[in-house]
Amino acid sequence: MSSKNDQSNKFSSTRRKLLMGIAALPAVPLLASTGLLSTPAFAQAPATSEVNTTGLAVTDTEVTVGILHSVTGTMAISETGSVQAEKLAIDQINAMGGVLGRKIKFIQEDGASDWPTFAEKAKKLLVNDKVAAIMGCWTSASRKAVLPVVEQYNGMLYYPTFYEGLEQSKNVIYTGQEATQQILAGLDWVAKTKEGKTFYLIGSDYIWPRTSMKIARKHIEGHLKDSSVVGEEYFPLGHTQFNSVINKIKLKKPDVIYAAVVGGSNVAFYKQLKAAGIDLSKQTLLTISVTEDEIDGIGGENIAGAYSSMKYFQSLDNPNNKEFVAAFKKMWGEKTVIGDVTQAAYLGPWLWKMTVEKAGSFDIDKVAAASPGIEFNKAPEGYVKIHDNHHLWSKARIGLAQPDGQFKVVFETPDLIEPDPFPKGYQ
Amino acid sequence: MFSDYSLAELGSIFVMQGFAGLILFSVFVLMALGLAIIFGQMGVINMAHGEFMILGAYVTYFTSQFFLNYLPGLFGAYFFLAMILAFFAAGALGMAVEWLMIRRLYKRPLDTLLATWGLSLILQQLYRTVFGPREVGVELPEWMMGSLPVTDMVEVQINGLFVMGLTIAITIAVALLMYKSSWGKQVRAVVQNRVMAGAVGINTEKVDRYTFGLGCGIAGVAGSAFTMIGSTGPTSGQLYIVDTFLVVVFGGAQSLLGTIASAFTISQAQSTMEFFLSGSMAKVLTLLGVVIILMLRPQGLFVIKVRR
Repeated sequence: MSSKNDQSNKFSSTRRKLLMGIAALPAVPLLASTGLLSTPAFAQAPATSEVNTTGLAVTDTEVTVGILHSVTGTMAISETGSVQAEKLAIDQINAMGGVLGRKIKFIQEDGASDWPTFAEKAKKLLVNDKVAAIMGCWTSASRKAVLPVVEQYNGMLYYPTFYEGLEQSKNVIYTGQEATQQILAGLDWVAKTKEGKTFYLIGSDYIWPRTSMKIARKHIEGHLKDSSVVGEEYFPLGHTQFNSVINKIKLKKPDVIYAAVVGGSNVAFYKQLKAAGIDLSKQTLLTISVTEDEIDGIGGENIAGAYSSMKYFQSLDNPNNKEFVAAFKKMWGEKTVIGDVTQAAYLGPWLWKMTVEKAGSFDIDKVAAASPGIEFNKAPEGYVKIHDNHHLWSKARIGLAQPDGQFKVVFETPDLIEPDPFPKGYQ
Repeated sequence: MFSDYSLAELGSIFVMQGFAGLILFSVFVLMALGLAIIFGQMGVINMAHGEFMILGAYVTYFTSQFFLNYLPGLFGAYFFLAMILAFFAAGALGMAVEWLMIRRLYKRPLDTLLATWGLSLILQQLYRTVFGPREVGVELPEWMMGSLPVTDMVEVQINGLFVMGLTIAITIAVALLMYKSSWGKQVRAVVQNRVMAGAVGINTEKVDRYTFGLGCGIAGVAGSAFTMIGSTGPTSGQLYIVDTFLVVVFGGAQSLLGTIASAFTISQAQSTMEFFLSGSMAKVLTLLGVVIILMLRPQGLFVIKVRR
């Protein structure tokens, strides 16, 4: 990771400006005398005064964005992939000539898995560094902490994680799925193909699993035929002993175990399911919290046979994704895996670049206004589009976990699903 | 909730539930033994206990990788070697920490809390820098996975049996060491009266260092064993620290027997309540029970008289 930072430091802005200033000095009188001054030195780039009317960190050659994730603390395990994806996207955009003729320079801050720190660092990025956009946050708690800051200081946040919904802001673009995009299609699929009638819901005990399970329960009881929830359980974050609940599951014999367990608990849950003799090739298990990243820790052999409901899997077979996976592995090593959120994080810088170019300006208000309708054809997950509510239209997919830690895509919705952060009848 | 089930089903569920409680009991004892020695015998509040466990887990991971790559034929047996290596790695780190830090703090037990908490943060970040922030998956040999079917309904987890066996072996070893060996006699003498122990010729510094190392070593073995049931990552140690202190404090800090009794009480209460209530509720009630009992009996379940 440090090698990447070094590279960005090479574009040290002061040194560059200094060099350019020296180079430009003798040219100015010459150009003026020949009447060529009206042609700017950077022909393709519009003048800074036009594209930046609010004092953001934009120069004639550079624009600064912020990356705000946890690289220390308990969330570092999850957020590392997002940081890597965002740096890759920025690298690729710079290789193509940058945004409005300006190279993207990033300032990376560490949220340290601590929500007040996230808010503080977001404020630092917006107030001191005047970044044009922030790619960041991962947990809902960190987003909730940062939200008032980006709204107060009028910043732009690109948030990558699938989350519980019930939120919308002018200052945030949600590049992950909101709950209904992730949950409903998956439940419909499992009810149809696995003839699942009885569901056992199990999750970690905080806002995302609880809200997601509420939506799942409403959908199971209200929209699926003769289906019911036979159990609903939450465990404190970090819980490591699941033998009792596994016994309960054995007793209730649900058709489908629907799981949203996160973090270290996730690993313990699947290891103990396997040890307890629950064979996932016979017992259907659908999860909304396991991506390729998590399987790294769980171990492919412990979770093979489970289904996961996501919008992206590393094994997706399309040209965009093949290119993306190859570039990602080239930059971060052959062994790294790419999960759903990592891909969503990769979209952030690209969507921002396209929005800025459509708006013809880095100004936050213009970018926010230009966001709806932005289309990205080169997304690894396939075509995506920003909705009026600042979420993405995206597909839902079901992957079957393989012993090698990858997923085999067994289902995808034919059309893009409309984001609906405030779903009627599900609250 | 039981009206829908046949008697046979209920019977087997109770058997399995009892077994789940026993597994939890073994896990608690294994977690707490190392701390019982360090906190109970030496009075050092070791907040970095979880990190010593995770060192053991990482040693297990690297041993498994080594066997996979170089000795695939012996993979089935690697776990035993891994546990021994985990013991010595965590023990050696423990002795180094004792020498650098803890020995300066014996007279200020409350400060060990801050110092070892700082140590736990340092170790976490060290693991993150050296081993990477992502969790690693420790591959188990085939024979340690899955379960033995006893009847149609009753299945016994192999890794559960393994943890139980290991816990019994280590507990007996520690008990023999503490109560039957001359070294154990020295340890107990130092605990009960440091000055007098020194006066009769016991090298108290050396005893302290080895006791601390032993506690950390056992933590390493526990961490190694827990790769079977939990996660291995830089912060995974944090998952165990609360339960560990709970068991040791509830049992009465100076008593090994108390630790075992308290692990039994808490694990049985927890696993029974988890079965009848939801997971979070069970945890709340367990903690509430422990708080009330500690209010009535601040020294914990078992107390031995110690001259301070």
